[in-house]
Amino acid sequence: MTDSISRETIDSKDIDPEFVDEIVKAGADRIRTCIQCGTCSSVCPSGRRTAFRTRELMRKALLGLKDEVLSSHDLWLCATCYTCLERCPRQIKVTDAIIIMRNMAVDHGFMLPEHRKASQKLLSTGHAVPIDDANREMRKDLGLEELPPTTHSNRKALDQVQEIMKRTGFKDLIEGEKMEGN
Amino acid sequence: MTEAQTYSFFLGCVMPNRFPNLEASIRKVLPKLGVQLEDLEGASCCPAPGVIRSFDEPTWLALASRNLALAEMSGHDLITGCNGCYGTFKDALAVIHEHPDRLKEVKKVFKGMGLKFDGKVEAKHVIEVISELGPDYIRERVTRPIKGIKVGVHYGCHLLKPSKNRPWEQTQKHTFLDELVEATGAESAKYKDKNLCCGAGGGVRGSQVTVSVDIAKEKLDNLIEAGVDCIVDVCSFCHLQYEESQEQLNKELGEKKYQIPVLYYTQLLGLAMGLDPTELGLDKHVVNTQPLLDKIQD
Ligand code: SF4
Ligand code: SF4
Repeated sequence: MTDSISRETIDSKDIDPEFVDEIVKAGADRIRTCIQCGTCSSVCPSGRRTAFRTRELMRKALLGLKDEVLSSHDLWLCATCYTCLERCPRQIKVTDAIIIMRNMAVDHGFMLPEHRKASQKLLSTGHAVPIDDANREMRKDLGLEELPPTTHSNRKALDQVQEIMKRTGFKDLIEGEKMEGN
Repeated sequence: MTEAQTYSFFLGCVMPNRFPNLEASIRKVLPKLGVQLEDLEGASCCPAPGVIRSFDEPTWLALASRNLALAEMSGHDLITGCNGCYGTFKDALAVIHEHPDRLKEVKKVFKGMGLKFDGKVEAKHVIEVISELGPDYIRERVTRPIKGIKVGVHYGCHLLKPSKNRPWEQTQKHTFLDELVEATGAESAKYKDKNLCCGAGGGVRGSQVTVSVDIAKEKLDNLIEAGVDCIVDVCSFCHLQYEESQEQLNKELGEKKYQIPVLYYTQLLGLAMGLDPTELGLDKHVVNTQPLLDKIQD
């Protein structure tokens, strides 16, 4: 069904008319003015190496194909380079729209396992990319403190960062039930 | 803010935890340019714009605001050497300035934590501060010009875009980094698709490494074609991408086709200012920098 080559019929039950409203409300306010010119696809560094088409993603969002978009792999192929946002002739904040849809996807339980892992590292250390033994050594060799002056060497700071992630609901989001099975 | 040339140095994740040699070069070179750095004690991940912002924007805004608040409380503007962190701070400040209710929301999260934050602090990039000093200022401080070296300059994306919220005079076809590279005596080479993304951002490298390396490969091939002696970047994540992708590609190929040394700008400048390569961490690269160093010495 999701094979883009096959003929597909869009069923009205697949359409959520409020999907675009949600995206607009979250900040991509001009998305409805899209003329499907394809400029976004033509400048996309990810699109030139893969089958990801930014224009197609915009079209599907505009059609209200919420489930298809939120569960799609394409959503995660954007390198957030902002070139499409710079070049869109209708000044649509394309990259922002993608980030907004990603937030919705995660809220619906769609998250790549590697991304969940990075989030767990952030939760436990305050760093999405924490220190390792080799780099402790390298820091010492360079005459730097073995641990950087970040949450890595400051328990109170880490407590504060963790408390913030509790308050914003990030801890529940990443460790909660929605993510199970991911 | 106060004392124009002292900044709170924000490290992020990749620089201190994967490429501390870049951190060392910034700490060595900036004071020699009259820019003092103070540690931003207790800072966390920025958090990363392409991942954490993509997962839960309010968490991204709150943690970015905490890092900014630490700088604001110290009385100095924040400085970072990573395009991703720079993007996070510039864009978080824009959100807060354009939507006062978002600042209120952040303050509510901070309640009782002793964090004072009004969004008054500025966030700058290491290369932004250097470019404010200007190429002439750099040229005057060069004692050992980097002669006969062709550099492939890589700006990266979040340093420049979204252009509406970046300080550069132009919105595209930038030259400030090329000029700063040439101020060291090196030549900035023309190459195909110079402004193409490195392919690491947006969580792509983290989750779909094959696609990510494939994007980097295209640029690396163009750089080889142009015959550059090294790449010069200004972002710890672009740096990781070029260093590690070359190793990965060589492994797949079974031959050492990709061997372009990757330098951070302050490493190149440090060399031109007569610093020792070891002090600048040039002996700690994934791709061997010795052939480049030998060529400079000649
Ligand atoms: S560039 Fe803008 S108007 Fe053109 S297809 Fe993409 S989003 Fe639509
Ligand atoms: S921001 Fe994303 S969709 Fe837009 S051009 Fe860059 S990689 Fe492609």
